[in-house]
Amino acid sequence: MIREISNKEIIKVVRDLCIDANYNLGDDVLRAFDRAIEAEESATGREVLNELIENARIAREEKAPICQDCGLAVVFIEVGQDVHITGGDLKEAVNEGVRQGYKDGYLRKSACHPFTRKNTGDNTPAIIHIQIVPGDRMKIVFAPKGGGAENMSRVNMLTPAVGIEGVKDFVANRVKESGSNPCPPTVIGIGVGGTFERSAILAKKAILREIGNRNPDPELAKIEEEILTRINRLGIGPMGYGGNITSLDVFLEIEPCHIASLPVAVNIQCHAARHKEAVI
Amino acid sequence: MSKQIRLTTPLSSEDVEKLNIGDKVLLNGVLLTGRDAAHKRLSELIEEGKELPVDIKGQVIYFVGPTPAKPGKPIGSAGPTTSYRMDPYSPKLIELGLKGMIGKGNRSQVVIDAMKRFKAVYFGATGGAGALIAKRVKKAEIVAYADLGPEAIRILEVEDFPVTVVNDTKGNDLYQEGIKRYAKV
Repeated sequence: MIREISNKEIIKVVRDLCIDANYNLGDDVLRAFDRAIEAEESATGREVLNELIENARIAREEKAPICQDCGLAVVFIEVGQDVHITGGDLKEAVNEGVRQGYKDGYLRKSACHPFTRKNTGDNTPAIIHIQIVPGDRMKIVFAPKGGGAENMSRVNMLTPAVGIEGVKDFVANRVKESGSNPCPPTVIGIGVGGTFERSAILAKKAILREIGNRNPDPELAKIEEEILTRINRLGIGPMGYGGNITSLDVFLEIEPCHIASLPVAVNIQCHAARHKEAVI
Repeated sequence: MSKQIRLTTPLSSEDVEKLNIGDKVLLNGVLLTGRDAAHKRLSELIEEGKELPVDIKGQVIYFVGPTPAKPGKPIGSAGPTTSYRMDPYSPKLIELGLKGMIGKGNRSQVVIDAMKRFKAVYFGATGGAGALIAKRVKKAEIVAYADLGPEAIRILEVEDFPVTVVNDTKGNDLYQEGIKRYAKV
């Protein structure tokens, strides 16, 4: 049975997600801040975490953006194969939703031409990832991605011989070299395997996981915990002022890769780990 | 380390020489704003020997590109942007009398040396705390480069604007000292 979804509904849903994600920090992040305050050794670090909790409260109550960097609009869409979209183009509907959301929500427009740096004026085009899945529903995940933490992210094609330890070293060194720049305490998404671009998408998807949830594979869950412990021993701390909470969580996703390759992507997410989703 | 000090802009060399890394400072008076594009334009004017659209002597520049102000508010969310992108431009502005910069993240050795030589400091504001910080801004006015939108140069009137000294006039760096103190590697 084919189920119809109108482009107007998609526009409205995306618009609302843009505003919701930028005003209302997820409960999983707020709970992670509370745990971090308990664990943080540095008084300055605890002060920063308190400011972040207070900031999230003000944003929620006053309907204001959590951060002035309202990000590029990253949108993951799962379209059921029994869905028929009516009234127009899906990508244009998403972009129109972003356009309306960033205007109506008084969100900062940060999209520009890569060379002239001229702002596109409405935060489009969105970065849209579409996947066809079974069923007759459409799931839209909206994740605004700030520039500071994105700039610290990297993809590397490692030599297979370095194995898991090489991946751990690469991630820990990336976080170390990023220092205070990506607004710690961060969330670290790691994508291992696939191809060059696939690893980056895996890493991006990884940061959408709820903080505290481990990879269902016990081996991978163990690696996530090991990397998190190692990162939090670096001493960078909240905002880089020193401390033992540099990251709130580490998420690892893997896929098979070429026999010659070991692609690894590290996507760093600032503490404003914003993402909201809706199912139509 | 870590005491609270109230300062009002413009700042003198004596004002900033008293500051040490880790000090919490509440800034009052006015701040200038500017990020990548505004810094590039200021730098081009300096190279051409032309006058700047704002007097930077004794001033503090805040690296910020705020969200649009809602009706009735002076400014939208206004937390700091990452500072290293301003590193190529900052030393020249410091030489011309800039006394402070507010941002987040590491500065290059060249900037740290310029702060030491010409007596200026780098303050950290809490990145991502844009809604909280905006409440300390009482008035905002665009004074140059309105065409740059969020990147225009503004004058902000601030009350008890909260910052932490990251680089002082003695060449110290809070980021390096913090890691030395808390690293367990």
